[in-house]
Amino acid sequence: MLNISGLYEGVVIDHIKAGGAMNIYEYLNLEEYDFTVAIIKNAHSNKMGKKDIIKIEGPLETINIGVLGALDPNITVNLIKDDKIIAKKRLDLPDTVTNVLMCKNPRCITSIEQGLPHKFKLTDREHGIYRCVYCESKFKDK
Amino acid sequence: MRHLISPLDFTKEEIDSLLNLGADIMNNSDKYAHVCDGKKLATCFYEPSTRTRLSFESAMLNLGGKVLGFSSAQSSSAAKGESVADTIRVISCFADICAIRHPKEGAPSVAAMFSKIPVINAGDGGHNHPTQTLTDLMTIKEKKGRLDNITVGMCGDLKFGRTVHSLINALVRYENVKFILISPEELKIPDYLRKEVLDANNIEYIETSELEENMHKLDILYMTRVQRERFFNEEDYIRLKDSFILDEKKMQYARDDMFVLHPLPRVNEISVDVDNDKRAVYFDQVQYGVYVRMALILRLLELEDKVK
Repeated sequence: MLNISGLYEGVVIDHIKAGGAMNIYEYLNLEEYDFTVAIIKNAHSNKMGKKDIIKIEGPLETINIGVLGALDPNITVNLIKDDKIIAKKRLDLPDTVTNVLMCKNPRCITSIEQGLPHKFKLTDREHGIYRCVYCESKFKDK
Repeated sequence: MRHLISPLDFTKEEIDSLLNLGADIMNNSDKYAHVCDGKKLATCFYEPSTRTRLSFESAMLNLGGKVLGFSSAQSSSAAKGESVADTIRVISCFADICAIRHPKEGAPSVAAMFSKIPVINAGDGGHNHPTQTLTDLMTIKEKKGRLDNITVGMCGDLKFGRTVHSLINALVRYENVKFILISPEELKIPDYLRKEVLDANNIEYIETSELEENMHKLDILYMTRVQRERFFNEEDYIRLKDSFILDEKKMQYARDDMFVLHPLPRVNEISVDVDNDKRAVYFDQVQYGVYVRMALILRLLELEDKVK
């Protein structure tokens, strides 16, 4: 069993679909920060079989967790302060997300128009479906 | 200020009122001949489309306005790398309204975000072509006298045909519209249209590959082209292509008050011997396209009050 020590202050992003941690790492732009980050891949989960976890040591207000619901609606987030869990959050699906999801439709105007924000809107809350506001393509992670 | 980017930008009531305006223009063209005096339409066509561009130009000229524009990306500043956002800001200084066709999906919606003048989507890749949908609706309304209580046959390439998808989206808003979707297995409507539009609105429809045996049920037959390149193999294409060609023999099974529509260009999916049949209305459809574009220009320029 691999042990990763606890956090004094930070965020634990749990129940990430196995294999999805690096995506989340990139979407949160974690490479831009100086924080200590642990990426745990393929951890055992009773519910999911396998899951990924990300632990981020850093000030809570810096990390924009609001967008995570759009990336993977099953993710849970624990906020840690003074070595204790101060909140457990299930993520809501934001109505719109800007410059978080990228449109992968090669025929979309976002593929050539410089400076145009990639914007998605939630069109089906039940199934967590986001569509590009320009070409209306469904967001696909892969 | 309003734009027309998607066929569903207008409510059903707004579409009905627009079609009524189109019909009034058709019947009283003199009344509208100078409503757009002094106004200019810019046709910004980043890819060639002779019919749609000329239809827009004809519409504006019929209203007394003038037209300017370009008909390919090579003859525009896009060839120098200018963005759609910048181009429309510039065009806004030259014209009062703009019709834009672009190969990239969503380009007209970007133009609308930055424009100071109304923008009409004249086709964006395989995405939307709302004025074709308005044309189709006006044709059905004029020929059948209604848009509700009809059975519409859609035949041919139902998978990639954007005109088919837009028309289905527009017609499901009317009461008791049924669809008979006639296509080869490979070219059936996309799954999202079946689930999110037809099933979600409890629309009655059947999917079949038989045109002939369904002809007698139809009020409208909307033909589209089955393209060779859509098939996985040549054998299937040769086996299936004739099933989706409309000829006088198949027309014998249709009712006297059924009408055949086609967004054009037609290649061989409607045999030329059908052209003289009074139920073949695809060339009338082109004429309705001009009237409905006239109505749209008037509406977006908010000039209806000027009509005497």
